[in-house]
Amino acid sequence: MATVAAPAVERENYLNTDYGIRSWLLTVDHKRIAILYLISITFMFFIGGFFATMIRLELLTPAGDLMSSDTYNKMFTMHGVTMVWWFLIPSIPAVLGNFLVPLMVGAKDMAFPKINLASWYLFMISAGLLLYVMLTGGIDTGWTFYVPFSTSYSNSHVIAAGVAVFINGFSTIFTGLNFVVTIHRMRAPGMTWSRLPLFLWSNYANAVIMLLATPVLAIVLVLVALERAFGIGFFTPQLGGDPLLFQHLFWFYSHPAVYIMILPSMGVVSEVVSTFCRKRIFGYAFVALASIAIAVLGFLVWAHHMFVSGMSAYAAMVFSLLSYCVAVPSAIKVFNWTSTMYKGSISMATPMLYAMGFIGLFTMGGLTGLFVAALGVDVHVTDTYFIVAHFHYILVGGAVMGYMAGIHFWWPKITGRMYSEVWGKIAAGVIFIGFNLTFFPQFVLGYLGMPRRYHAYPPEFQVLNTLSTAGASILAVGYLLPLLYLLFSLKYGEVATDNPWGATGLEWRTTSPPPTANFEESPVVTWEAYDYSSIPEVPVAR
Amino acid sequence: MHGSTEVVAGHALEHHFADMGQQRAAATLGMWVFLITEVLFFGGMITAYLVYRVAFYDAWKVGSEHMEFWKGTINTVLLLCSSFTMVLAVWASQVGKKNLLVLFLCITMLFGIGFEAVKGVEYYNHFREGSVPGQFWHLDIEGADVPHVQLFFVIYFVITGFHALHLAIGIGILGVLAFQAWKGKFTPYYNNPIEITGLYWHFVDIVWIFLYPLLYLISRKHT
Repeated sequence: MATVAAPAVERENYLNTDYGIRSWLLTVDHKRIAILYLISITFMFFIGGFFATMIRLELLTPAGDLMSSDTYNKMFTMHGVTMVWWFLIPSIPAVLGNFLVPLMVGAKDMAFPKINLASWYLFMISAGLLLYVMLTGGIDTGWTFYVPFSTSYSNSHVIAAGVAVFINGFSTIFTGLNFVVTIHRMRAPGMTWSRLPLFLWSNYANAVIMLLATPVLAIVLVLVALERAFGIGFFTPQLGGDPLLFQHLFWFYSHPAVYIMILPSMGVVSEVVSTFCRKRIFGYAFVALASIAIAVLGFLVWAHHMFVSGMSAYAAMVFSLLSYCVAVPSAIKVFNWTSTMYKGSISMATPMLYAMGFIGLFTMGGLTGLFVAALGVDVHVTDTYFIVAHFHYILVGGAVMGYMAGIHFWWPKITGRMYSEVWGKIAAGVIFIGFNLTFFPQFVLGYLGMPRRYHAYPPEFQVLNTLSTAGASILAVGYLLPLLYLLFSLKYGEVATDNPWGATGLEWRTTSPPPTANFEESPVVTWEAYDYSSIPEVPVAR
Repeated sequence: MHGSTEVVAGHALEHHFADMGQQRAAATLGMWVFLITEVLFFGGMITAYLVYRVAFYDAWKVGSEHMEFWKGTINTVLLLCSSFTMVLAVWASQVGKKNLLVLFLCITMLFGIGFEAVKGVEYYNHFREGSVPGQFWHLDIEGADVPHVQLFFVIYFVITGFHALHLAIGIGILGVLAFQAWKGKFTPYYNNPIEITGLYWHFVDIVWIFLYPLLYLISRKHT
């Protein structure tokens, strides 16, 4: 049985095989690449958080007094660009996915380890370029790069930022490519599709979206850059182009990109809910196929971002209806998670708190998504804070909560150490309170008609804005806490057992942290997913 | 399972695969998945071409009349021939005929280089004619809808430019493969790189098979 004291001689694992800098920078081990990504995106998260802080500070008072309107434009643009492409999209896939996909299928590594490393280098090059853009004056187009402003009028670094996003896109594609091929071709004997953990189903669906959507973003950015550099008219009306074509191509990528951000979190929540209820997930097949359905339907709803941009009433009706349809698989997941909890043996560990936060906040984000899928309501609230609140409920209340749940859930496996459960619970509570205080007032603000992307507003909106800014400062504390206690746990945390939560995945059947080759001997799977009778009795730290 | 393969292949099996069959299947699927992303990449441009063609048909007609039909046709033939020699190269690698493999890879490269040369001449003629959008534009088209004719040429240069870039990358890869083949790296048990490069090469050809009618055949004046 597992001993409580640390063994005298540390077992060989992927962290202690080699400590040299070259062994990290030239590694092809998917687990080390995941760590590289973890450090990089955490850095970018706090950069994006800095811009969010500036936005909320400016909006504390009605007058635009902290910064000029131009500076404010740059702040929200760089907040959006950083958070979308350098944090949310890579967050779970590139960190947890990289670490877990080979472990969960029972393989030694990703199908293409060198491409995996190349993905990180592309990410770093693009991040460097983005930092250069930030330090030399920034970009002010909004994260959507809408033409003709981005091509003809903006005096900021549109081309450099576009190139950064373009390169970043290739790192995304490489990750997605590895996921698809690894899940198809590298599964251990007995690991059939119907036995795959739901984390893999959602990351598979997610990889498909990455592969199909990102190239369209790439081409549209190339065209914007060419138009801006050479003065040729692709999207600019006076030169013969059509700005609506830009919006169609951009949202053909960027709406599926929302699902790129949320689907992996759904996978994490499925794992966490099952583990901390000690029950097989309710309706496994439906949860798995709902991921695929979201991937497919997600490609058919992009024009709901353009209801006020000009399109035929019939097209708008079709896109509105399809947008309702995509709510169905999302709802299936929410209902199945709650059904799993029903009569489960629930333990309120930190990952479970985050997962429950996800379920509640994602439901609110999803339901307000139905509001804005309705044509009439959408026209009323387009470009108001209602939209801002809606997508932050999905992307922060959903995606980031899921990411935090996953980081805490797999922290013992990744690092071999337990974090402080008390601090974990406190931070989860602080984040939940801070998040709601930040963004719930924005629903009201938007419905009352406060437009987004302005640095000043009428005085009657001040109370709600002050509440929002106060919430943002609580949220900031909530995000700094895990940074501190997780780092603290690396040295002082209790040594983790191989399976501290009593979970069923293959990753919990190897040592913590795993050896470089992942398993002592290649696993053979003879049990169904989430079969709690298949794991040996272990002392559980829950 | 595939013990005999492993012994023969020896060094060619990477550490994280169980056997050569798995390695080959992974590499092939990886290339197919990559090509799907390429379909979307070119698909975005072809969509833009078609949307604008419907919207600005008259301008598209004027633009199409400035395409060099015969050069486009010659290039189509060159690429089709290159696909054939590429297939022969894959075959040669499968049956282990080393010299033939090097030969066919080189011929495929030559066809590709021929395509690029013809394309270069075409670009040069467009430049002289003044049909390069932007500051070099001085095409003499009386009464035509000049902004939209320019738009046609923007798409033409972007889409054929990206195609030519893909072909150039393919030629480079073939060069490396030909050198490695000459050094004897490929055997009937290990020829993945040849096979998946073949997939890539055929894909680049197929893109041209779409571009050729769109750019050179439809909307032309019938003489």
